[in-house]
Amino acid sequence: MNVKQLSIFLENKPGHLQSALKVLAEKNINIKTLTIAEVTDFGIVRMIVNSPDEAQRALKEQHFTCSTTEVLGLEIDDKPGELLRALETFAKNNLNIEYMYAFTEKRDDKAVMIFRFDDIEEAKKVLIAQGFNIVKNIEIIGE
Amino acid sequence: MQDSKMKEVQLERLQWSLRHAYENVPFYKKKFDEAGFHPDQFKSLDDMKRVPFLEKQNMRDNYPFGLFAVPLDKVARVHSSSGTTGNATVVGYTKNDIEVFAEVVARCLACYGATEKDIIQVAYGYGLFTGGLGLHYGSEKLGAMTVPISGGNTERQLMLIKDFGTTMIACTPSYALNIADYIDKKKPDYDMRATKLRAGIFGAEPWSEGMRKEIEARLGIDAYDIYGLSEVIGPGVSAECSEKSGLHVFEDHFYVEIINPETGEILPEGEAGEIVYTSLTKEACPVIRYRSRDITRLYHDNCKCGRTLVKMEKVTGRSDDMMIIRGVNVFPSQIETVLMEVEGVEPHYQIILDRKGALDDIEVMVEVNEKIFSDELKVLQNLSKQISDRFRSALGISAKVTLVEPMTVPRSEGKAVRVVDRRKI
Repeated sequence: MNVKQLSIFLENKPGHLQSALKVLAEKNINIKTLTIAEVTDFGIVRMIVNSPDEAQRALKEQHFTCSTTEVLGLEIDDKPGELLRALETFAKNNLNIEYMYAFTEKRDDKAVMIFRFDDIEEAKKVLIAQGFNIVKNIEIIGE
Repeated sequence: MQDSKMKEVQLERLQWSLRHAYENVPFYKKKFDEAGFHPDQFKSLDDMKRVPFLEKQNMRDNYPFGLFAVPLDKVARVHSSSGTTGNATVVGYTKNDIEVFAEVVARCLACYGATEKDIIQVAYGYGLFTGGLGLHYGSEKLGAMTVPISGGNTERQLMLIKDFGTTMIACTPSYALNIADYIDKKKPDYDMRATKLRAGIFGAEPWSEGMRKEIEARLGIDAYDIYGLSEVIGPGVSAECSEKSGLHVFEDHFYVEIINPETGEILPEGEAGEIVYTSLTKEACPVIRYRSRDITRLYHDNCKCGRTLVKMEKVTGRSDDMMIIRGVNVFPSQIETVLMEVEGVEPHYQIILDRKGALDDIEVMVEVNEKIFSDELKVLQNLSKQISDRFRSALGISAKVTLVEPMTVPRSEGKAVRVVDRRKI
């Protein structure tokens, strides 16, 4: 199964991120990595957590707007040029990256990047053909 | 009833009502005298133009009982407006007035196809507000089983709908959407379509066709408009029928005219303007040419339901809710219509008017729900651009659209606060 990302809509105001994270903390949900995309008025917090469905339920109950999306978790060797090699694969196959971010912790010796594509299955296919390792949801959330 | 016969009834009742007001309420005597009008001169409906108007402010100035035409020992009940924008207006009812009130509400319910077999849950607030008791007595008059649950406590509303087999619910349209939200968030297993609820009776605040569609789709019921105002009687002045196109006015009790709100001149049938009411049978609180500030249109259209009563268009604006934004006249309902045209947008919004320098600034806050949310920034930015483009093309104003978190826009279980005007002009 693909990596499941949790996205939350937040107004760009003091205290709003805090109150969303508080909901997660109270449910004992662990954040594996997190990134924020923002404009003047609002932002979207994207995160990988250990139980996204439970997180979504808890946030919804507290009137947060959120969703889950499948994203591609890609393992790459921690050495110069490796990310470039992945990007070249996408460009060659005309696959546009909607957004991407890095994982905070390493898996063994490797770095993990998260990519969001419109067509995730196509992206996986071309990466596997190039010998890349795709990370499964279960490996990330460790359950 | 034939229109000519109706006009005869109206003339006769108007003559009584004008005389009743003139002889028993010093305010009307003074006002009529000053205008050089005497009820004896009222020979035909055309003479209506000579009768002076009653303004909301006149009612406030005569707080509490100054406009009563009977002694207090003949008054069986009072209702009152909230008085949020000044002195409250108090209206009284004799026993007979209460009968008439129940009668017109029962007629409304019949318009929606209700019979004594129905179970009607009255979720309007019970109290000084006319909604709760108005629907209550109308429902009893019809012979339906009446559930006087009053407003709020959504959990209990849902329980009784299921357990009692409620077939109709009466509440504000914004509360109906609150119920739908509640089900989505707290009770996803509650299937409204599996209950016996088949219709909603919605009034006390203006609502658009878009809101009707949303309520009908989300609750799986027919949504009908009930219209009224406490100054005239309460809910029951007019009602939609099976056709859901315009409301039949019970013109044997309420005489209606459409005037130009600027000049006060009576407009011909079919033209839009401010609707003005005169009570024909009310004893305790006659209202003579009461300026409602509601903007609508009157027409006859051989309604398929068979009723010959004059119809009024669904009221979607008030002449005093009208905002003038950079010289453009805008009603909150128009803003609502624009928003509802955008797929997935809920009618939970708030308009904030401010003045920056010499220019009016309009900000529309729209709540982001799951239907319109995306993990991609560009999708949300497109959404706010799309809304703002629609404002420009439909209303000719450029509005700043701000996407906000759910439950940010204040909700009330009564009337929602849609417009905040911070302009100091």
